[in-house]
Amino acid sequence: MDQGPNFSETPHQSVSFDDGLTLDCGRHLNRLTVAYRTYGTLNAARSNAILICHALTGDQYVAETQPVTGKPGWWGAVVGPERPVDTERYFVICANVLGGCMGSTGPRSPHDERPGEPWGVDFPPVTIADMVRAQQRLVNHLGIAKLFAVIGGSMGGMQALAWAALFPEQIFAAVPVAAAAYHSAQNIAFHEIGRQAIAADPSFHGGRYWAQGVTPARGLAVARMTAHITYVSEAALTRKFGRKLQGASDLLIGDRFEVESYLEHQGSSFVRRFDANSYLTITRAMDLFDLAADHDGSLAAAFTGTRTRFLLVSFSSDWLFPTAQSRAIAKALNHVAANVSFVEIMSDKGHDAFLLDEPDFHRTLSGFLAGCAEHAGLGA
Amino acid sequence: MSFTQPVRFVAKNMRVDLALIAGMVAPRSRVLDIGCGDGTLIDHLFRTKQCDARGIEIDMAEVTRAVTHGLPVMQGDADSDLANYPDGAFDYVILSRTLQAVERPREVLRQMLRISTFAIVSFPNFGHWSLRLQLLFGGKMPMTRAWHRMWYETPNIHPCTIRDFFALCEADGYKVEQWLAADEDGKKAPWRKFASLANFFGEQGLFLLRKV
Repeated sequence: MDQGPNFSETPHQSVSFDDGLTLDCGRHLNRLTVAYRTYGTLNAARSNAILICHALTGDQYVAETQPVTGKPGWWGAVVGPERPVDTERYFVICANVLGGCMGSTGPRSPHDERPGEPWGVDFPPVTIADMVRAQQRLVNHLGIAKLFAVIGGSMGGMQALAWAALFPEQIFAAVPVAAAAYHSAQNIAFHEIGRQAIAADPSFHGGRYWAQGVTPARGLAVARMTAHITYVSEAALTRKFGRKLQGASDLLIGDRFEVESYLEHQGSSFVRRFDANSYLTITRAMDLFDLAADHDGSLAAAFTGTRTRFLLVSFSSDWLFPTAQSRAIAKALNHVAANVSFVEIMSDKGHDAFLLDEPDFHRTLSGFLAGCAEHAGLGA
Repeated sequence: MSFTQPVRFVAKNMRVDLALIAGMVAPRSRVLDIGCGDGTLIDHLFRTKQCDARGIEIDMAEVTRAVTHGLPVMQGDADSDLANYPDGAFDYVILSRTLQAVERPREVLRQMLRISTFAIVSFPNFGHWSLRLQLLFGGKMPMTRAWHRMWYETPNIHPCTIRDFFALCEADGYKVEQWLAADEDGKKAPWRKFASLANFFGEQGLFLLRKV
């Protein structure tokens, strides 16, 4: 299958750092590019900046049309004028993660030693902390000494936690949503199915598919389909599809359940906007995430002395990053007497609830930010 | 927890205690309000006394309401979650009309005075004359403004009297820095010098404790 025509050619706003970035794995990237978008206006005191961190398959187009898919921004319900993250009040930054495929340095970027070809599978393994360090370079480049808040869901929540652990003095508030302080065995297991599906695709060519002018679309689609099931709850799937058939009233050989064609659609639309090697790189980064392990097994130690204000949000039907994970983070933050708000939102929409219309979540986020703004001395 | 429903004192009304409790808290202190409801008291302490006030609340709907108003409140449980805090994390920990509803009141008090210099505790007084009379003459569990749920569904599983509470403080080595008895509307009662009178006439007891 051919790569989508727009995919590789779409230009993205970005900044490049010629001194590169040294990664957790010890390797050094000679050149670091961070693709990003901003919304709203930075105030004179440079104190109203909010960094939004995207999830595994998200991108920097948080509140505007995604140029490759033509679809609305992935968090338009949360970020925008008079939204919880109000772009008339805050200066919002969102960057494509390191290892991504929307303009930031990743497997599709030119290889450091062989500039004529992309990194592909040779792209060094990156971590959530590496992603955060890349974002920090961007934030510094924008002349922002302290972020008012770092907000993210799922893998974005991992980044928010990593920000709080790595650069506590550089953020006033952190909002990890539907997140966890480590990737569980079950999380890793699902990711591994996806990676195996990609690797098993004959078009994968050991990761050098670009050299053959093909993409492992089938494998990537299966990876997406598997992952997608983990993003929704059983109740939501039942509500949406139940046992309904596609265009037929009785189940005959050859007929399809609606849920099947839905998943198929999820898979096929995904491969048009995502690079398989990026998927491998980023899922691995999530698997490697374990904030406590980085602090001798103590999650509390990651936050010692923190003055950051935290809002933890979980969703009741999220079985990928269940409430217990957020509660464990809250507990660790209590250990260091941190300022923490913690809310579990009742929802039957599963992990994806953080992306969907959840008025309680939106009100909570908006109230938390307003409270923080008061404490930070940000005028209304 | 032994309850599927959130434990909440049925006559809970923060405004009743608010002024009295706030009067015991020093400005700019670090405060934890356990069972903070929608956060009225912590908001009050922040606005009038510039306190770093936070809350724990077991009822998620109340937590959401509090956070929506910008207040630092987390969902949690007095019985299990105080153990997570480090020693001396706060200047004041407040337990307003919740002591009688927790599973292990003595342990909760111990935790409060571990994580905080002072503990402020209020509870409905089971020694009030009307309860005594109802039990004496009616022979049934008393029902009053403060105690108005049937025995089989009340969340208030550990009722005590003002004298009981004094005895516990003595047994566990807590110094009663201040105390007063009040009626349900939060008006200070005049018998504050005599504990036995307060125990008879006071509808609720309010104590400021510290470790000896």
